[in-house]
Amino acid sequence: MHDKTIAELSRGLRNSEYSSVELTQAFLARIRQHDPVLNSFVTVTEDIALAQARSADERIARGEAGPLIGVPIGQKDIFCTQGVRTSCGSRMLDTFISPYDATVVERLRQAGTVMLGKLNMDEFAMGSSNETSYYGPVKNPWDIGTVPGGSSGGSAAAVAARLVPGATGTDTGGSIRQPASFCGITGIKPTYGRVSRWGMIAFASSLDQAGPMARTAEDCAWLLQAMAGFDDKDSTSLDYPIPDYSSALNGSLEGLRIGLPTEFFGEGLDEDIARLVHEAVDEYRKLGATVKEVSLPNMHLSAPAYYVVAPAECSSNLARFDGVRYGHRCQDPKDLHDLYMRSRGEGFGAEVQRRILIGTYALSAGYYDAYYLKAQKIRRLISDDFKRVFQEVDVILGPTSPSVAFRFGEKSADPIAMYLSDIYTIAVNLAGLPGMSIPVGFSNKRPVGMQIIGNYFAEDKLLNVAHRYQQVTDWHGQAPADFS
Amino acid sequence: MSLSSQDVNKIAWLARLAIDPDKTEAYARDLSGILDFVEQMNSVDTTIVAPMAHPLDQCQRLRPDEIRETDRRADFQTHAPLVEAGLYLVPKVIE
Repeated sequence: MHDKTIAELSRGLRNSEYSSVELTQAFLARIRQHDPVLNSFVTVTEDIALAQARSADERIARGEAGPLIGVPIGQKDIFCTQGVRTSCGSRMLDTFISPYDATVVERLRQAGTVMLGKLNMDEFAMGSSNETSYYGPVKNPWDIGTVPGGSSGGSAAAVAARLVPGATGTDTGGSIRQPASFCGITGIKPTYGRVSRWGMIAFASSLDQAGPMARTAEDCAWLLQAMAGFDDKDSTSLDYPIPDYSSALNGSLEGLRIGLPTEFFGEGLDEDIARLVHEAVDEYRKLGATVKEVSLPNMHLSAPAYYVVAPAECSSNLARFDGVRYGHRCQDPKDLHDLYMRSRGEGFGAEVQRRILIGTYALSAGYYDAYYLKAQKIRRLISDDFKRVFQEVDVILGPTSPSVAFRFGEKSADPIAMYLSDIYTIAVNLAGLPGMSIPVGFSNKRPVGMQIIGNYFAEDKLLNVAHRYQQVTDWHGQAPADFS
Repeated sequence: MSLSSQDVNKIAWLARLAIDPDKTEAYARDLSGILDFVEQMNSVDTTIVAPMAHPLDQCQRLRPDEIRETDRRADFQTHAPLVEAGLYLVPKVIE
C-alpha cells in the first residue's frame, strides 16, 4: 500500500480495497520501522490519526465525495496544530502546544485527510540542509550520509521513503523545491498569497508561501486544491478564483513556449544536472513544445537581495519570542532584559541567531536605505526581468539546485556556501511567482530536480507541464532501495 | 564591510539576544562575510527604481472594525511560562 500515490490510494479507499484505518495503521507501522533512521518526524500523532481515519471511513461509507477523504499526510512542523506540539524545529517552541489550527491544517482536515504527525525541518525554516533543526538532521533516504535539503527536509524525506504519501511544506527561498529536488519528489510553491499564511509560523512574511509535496504532480494538484484559496484571516491572501487543478493536468503541450534562462546554466552548475535538465527539455520538444533561450540579467542579485529581505523580516517576526507569553524562558532571570536576552539566546540556534543579527543590523538606524530599501528595489528589477520573459514564453525551465544532495557537514561551516544552494529558487520568491520541482534523473545515484517557473496564478499550467512529463517518464516513480 | 566583536555585541543588544562570548568573533566573521556578499547589490544603480513591497502591488485589505474573536485568554495563558490571576509575570521592572 505504501508505494501507491495519493490518487491510487483514493481509488482504493473508494473501492473498499482497504479502509482509512488500515491505511493509517500501515503508514504508522512504516514510520515506526524506518523513522528511527531518517528522523523525519518530530511528533507522530497516532491517536489523532486513528480518530481522523475512523471519521474518514464513516464519511466514505456515507458516500461523501472528496478525493482526499481518508488519505494520510504529514504536516511540516511550522503549521500550528491545535492540541499538538508545534515546534518549528526550535528549542524555543519545544514544549509549545498550539491553541489553534493553521488555515492549511484546517482545510486539509475538512478535505478528509488524516494527519500522521509533524515533520522535521530546519529551525524556523532557516536552512537548506535540515542541519539546523533542534531535533537533529533528517537523513536523505537515497543516501543516509547526505542531507535531504531544507527547510522542508522532513516532508521531502518522508514522502521519498514512502512514510507518507504526501506532505505540506513551506518555501521562503526554495524550501519546498530544493528538498523535493534532493529527495526525488514533486513539490510546488504557489504564487505568493495563494495559500493562507494564517497559523504558519512566520519567517519572512513577504516571501513565505505554503505548498504541497508528493510523488506526482497529480497528487500535488489534489492537495493544492484543498490548501489554496482566499482566507480572511491572512491580510496578504489573494481573493482570486482557484481553478480546478486536476482538470488542467492533461492539457496538450502542443505549442507550449519554454524559456531557458542563460543565467541558469552558467558557472557553478553541476554538468550532470545541466545534461539531465536538457534531456528533460528534449522530452518537452517531443510533446510539441518550442524552446528558446531567454535572459534574466539581474538573477545574480537575487541571493544578495534575499539575504537582506529574509533576515530583516525574520528579525522583526522573531521579536515575538520574548520568553513572556509562550516559548522558552531562561531560569532565574535577574531582570526583564536578562529574561529577554537569555531566553532568546538559549531558545534559538546558531543559524537563527545569525539571521536575527544580520536583520537587526540591516534595519538599524542609518542602514535601512542601504540594505532593506536597496533590496526591495532589486526585487523590482528581478520581477521586471520575469515579466519581460513571460511576454515571450509560458514557462521557464532550469535546474532546481546547482548540486545534488551534499554530505552532512559539507556546507554547514560556511553560511554563504549553504545560501548558494538556493541560487536558482530565491528569485522566484522575490518576484512572488509560482515554482515547482520535479525529478528528472539521477547523478551519482542521487536525485536531480528540474525547476518549472510560471507566471502569477499559473499553478495549473505548472502542474499540467509537470504531469505530462511524468506520463512519459518514470523518474518520479523510483523509490530509494532501502525504503521501497 | 567588516564588523568587529564590539559591533556584534551592540547588534545583539539591539536584538535582545544573549550570545556566547566565545562565539562573538565567529559571528563577527560570518556576519562580515554575509554583508560582503549582499554588497553585490550595489553593482547596479537603482536610483529611479521603485521599491517592491508586494509582488502583485496589492495593498492592505480593510474590514469593518467589529469584534470577531472570542476571549480565549485562559486558553492562551496555559502556554505562558509564568502567569498569575490572568497576568503574565516578569521580573520586577520598577523598584
